[in-house]
Amino acid sequence: MTSAAPTTAAAIARAVAAGTTSAAEVLAASLHRIAALEPTLHAFVEVWADRAQAAAGRIDRDRAAGVPLGPLAGVPIAVKDNLVLAGEQASAGSRMLAGYRSPFTATVLERLEAAGAVLVGRTNMDEFGMGSTTETSAHGPTRNPFGNNLVPGGSSGGSAVAVAADYCPLAIGSDTGGSVRQPAALCGVSGLKPGWGRVSRSGLIAYASSLDCIGAMARSVEDLALWLDLAAGPDAADPTSGPAAPPVSASLTTRGDLRGLRIGVPWELNGPGLDDDVARCKDEALATAASLGAEIVDCSLPAVAHAVATYYLIATAEAASNLARYDGVRYGLRRDGLGRLDVMTTRSRSAGFGDEVQLRILLGTFASSHGWSEGFHDRARALRAQLRADFAQAFARCDLLLSPTSPVPAFPLGSSNDDPLTMYLCDALTVPASLAGLPALSLPFGATTDGRPVGMQFTAAAQREDLLLQVGHVLQRHTDHHLRRALP
Amino acid sequence: MSRFVTVIGLEVHVQLATASKLFSPAPAAALGDPNTRVHAIDLGLPGVLPRPNQKAIELAMRASLALGAVVQPLSRFAREHYFYPDLPKGYQISQFDQPLALGGSITLPDGHRCRLHRLHVEEDAGKLTHTDIGTLVDLNRAGVPLVEIVSEPDLRSPAQAHAFLSELRHVLRFTGVSDCDMELGSLRCDANISLMPVGSETFGTKVELKNLNSLKMVQRALEYEERRQTAVLAAGGRVAAETRGWHDELGESRSQRSKEQAPDYRYLPDPDLPPLVIDEASIAEAQAALGELPAARSERYRAAFGLSEVDVRVLCSERAIGDWFEQAVAVGGEPKAVCNWIVADVLPAMHERNLDLATFPISPLRLASLLRLCDAGAVTLVAAKKVFRHLLEHDLEPAGALRALGLDRTTDPAVLQPFVLAAIAALPEAAAAVRAGKDKALDALKGHVMRASTGRADPAVVETLLRAAIAPPS
Repeated sequence: MTSAAPTTAAAIARAVAAGTTSAAEVLAASLHRIAALEPTLHAFVEVWADRAQAAAGRIDRDRAAGVPLGPLAGVPIAVKDNLVLAGEQASAGSRMLAGYRSPFTATVLERLEAAGAVLVGRTNMDEFGMGSTTETSAHGPTRNPFGNNLVPGGSSGGSAVAVAADYCPLAIGSDTGGSVRQPAALCGVSGLKPGWGRVSRSGLIAYASSLDCIGAMARSVEDLALWLDLAAGPDAADPTSGPAAPPVSASLTTRGDLRGLRIGVPWELNGPGLDDDVARCKDEALATAASLGAEIVDCSLPAVAHAVATYYLIATAEAASNLARYDGVRYGLRRDGLGRLDVMTTRSRSAGFGDEVQLRILLGTFASSHGWSEGFHDRARALRAQLRADFAQAFARCDLLLSPTSPVPAFPLGSSNDDPLTMYLCDALTVPASLAGLPALSLPFGATTDGRPVGMQFTAAAQREDLLLQVGHVLQRHTDHHLRRALP
Repeated sequence: MSRFVTVIGLEVHVQLATASKLFSPAPAAALGDPNTRVHAIDLGLPGVLPRPNQKAIELAMRASLALGAVVQPLSRFAREHYFYPDLPKGYQISQFDQPLALGGSITLPDGHRCRLHRLHVEEDAGKLTHTDIGTLVDLNRAGVPLVEIVSEPDLRSPAQAHAFLSELRHVLRFTGVSDCDMELGSLRCDANISLMPVGSETFGTKVELKNLNSLKMVQRALEYEERRQTAVLAAGGRVAAETRGWHDELGESRSQRSKEQAPDYRYLPDPDLPPLVIDEASIAEAQAALGELPAARSERYRAAFGLSEVDVRVLCSERAIGDWFEQAVAVGGEPKAVCNWIVADVLPAMHERNLDLATFPISPLRLASLLRLCDAGAVTLVAAKKVFRHLLEHDLEPAGALRALGLDRTTDPAVLQPFVLAAIAALPEAAAAVRAGKDKALDALKGHVMRASTGRADPAVVETLLRAAIAPPS
């Protein structure tokens, strides 16, 4: 193991730039650890060893030639299997896209590579992002480093494990209803879901477009800030991206403590239904924030009562639409239609999509069909607007909102398979910020009595990723929850 | 007289004349080898997002304003879902409950006004070709920008439907929105038709007609359907609500699907596209770019130039023709003469050479110069036509061409006298008739001289010389 090596993205980039290590050495350590632990954890669907070695070699040659290095020079980064990279496969965890290679690169990956990042491989995920355990992947389950019988959360479970197992200091995920924050919480790492539109979605294989956000996971808030500054900003390839915002890294250290900040505790997200250990960690987090000078106030988001139902109506309707393109005609899996087009498409979709995806397509198709859409969708849109208004009212009084990220810590593999409704309720605390398009940050904050990590979620007003990260940085300077590791 | 009133509404799709597609940078021309004009966006590859084409929105606004429709300050794109290999994403991006423009109208030559319901922007689908080896998919057309224009059910006869389409095509061509070529599919039309008893105010059951690939087909199909529904109703039957396809070669329509089989498009606001917000300033800009409309221009030409209805129709058929005409008039061309030359010479030469007026080798200024030479008597009409032909091939001023062709008019008696004597020798009867006081016979002699002199002879001088030669002073 390389215990003496730098472990954050910021430290690695500094060390590579200073010449105290090389990109090739950093990558070798990363690949060594992956080789040792992957047979157990299965965080990656594919490791791009050759591609990564070529990228690391280029950075080391650039440094030797005196070419200025980017802010992520030599940093190994894991990429969720739903972001496309020209010439490489991307399957979104689905049989439907087995073997599919993209001719173009996601904007976020283009920007990271331009900053010197070394992309090491694609990580496992719930099929098309639909799941909270990474078990709906066509590539088999991923295991939590904190217990090999435990789920890592999902859908970005592979990315969370890549950071939790110290494969990479930084991993890219995507978050539609909590898919970055919840696995970050269950694996004891920090996870950021920026506000909707802050990071271009171009190259992200869509699940539910009005909710999808590209996010990241890391050990430290500082690395998340570094990532956001490189990833964010308007992009011609995504007309919903932007506007440009000032960099967050510059203001990251402006606060020494939390004095002058008011943290709201919406009772709907902090009430009954929380696991006892999670509730205890939440109280400890509030106490820590208060001890650092924050004012803690109660508040309410009444529309949260309907958030999960609203989320599943909107997400499934958009998913049914976004996944209509997988028809077996142009790319992806195709089954023989015995000379009939409709049979070919039906059989291809039945064979290519897993059960959870088919369930959500059916739900979304039904709820958006003529005669039903008024009752379901018009109501869901109204509730979404109400939820946005509730958040706006809360942010008129508070700077940030706090709740646990997940009502429960990591649970055993296979335990949620037969009960989708219970699994959907796991998203209860994360979907409100998704519906409102707000930035949210999950930080590791304590553990259950048997050692499973617990995450706390901070939510900020639109465009206030800067405040979110400043507060996270203060908390990480005064606590060491984020340094706790599952594996030596 | 029929006991029924015919009620017709039209739904017209028009391809916008943009360089690139509605949501991708691929060329919008649907021609070319199959699948050579497609971008990842048109293929609906995983991870692509639509990128709205500002030029298409501008042309759609121009169409709206040209038709008197009200451009909405906020409109929205929506997804219309169905599975078919011509539709790569499994949905077409269109507009549903919030279209780009509402209202407007088209006035027919008979004075009848047909109101418009709405105008919206959407993307075209690809094209399928069914062959022996299977169905072939060409996605060159997929994503080409369209506007859909929906009329109110204000048309009362198939002839009015024909007139509506030809007026619509005229306005959209004139304003540069589209080339509106029904044969190439850049203008496509579906028609709704129903009958109701005379005196009724309740519309009958409507039938939708598809596969109408020319203006004539639209009229023929509607006439057929008018007869068919009349027969059904007259026999006490009920017209079924259905979609029928027109088979022009058979001269009949056939049922394609009943109302119950109508697909559920599951309209969904497109979350990948922000709402289309159009402010007053951009509407004003589009209004300015619109320029003078054909109706206003026709009125002006009638009033200012005293031209005939036929002339006005030709000059106002396309903006470029009227513009060319006005440029020639502005530099001194006599309006009626310029118009005659445009109709008889400029447009035929242009079509013959497959050119447009922008690349036509003779400028309006040169035509006006040529007309001045005619007026000044420097060139005969016959010679002027030769000069015109010469100018098509050579970059010269008309005076230069005249000299180059040796066609400059001659008034020199020494040059003309041999032609005069030759004419008298060739046509002795005509000469005798003139001598006998029949002046009309002079024309045959003059014609002979003009032909023999290849049009160079000045007719007035020729006449003087002829009279002198036929009746010498006594």
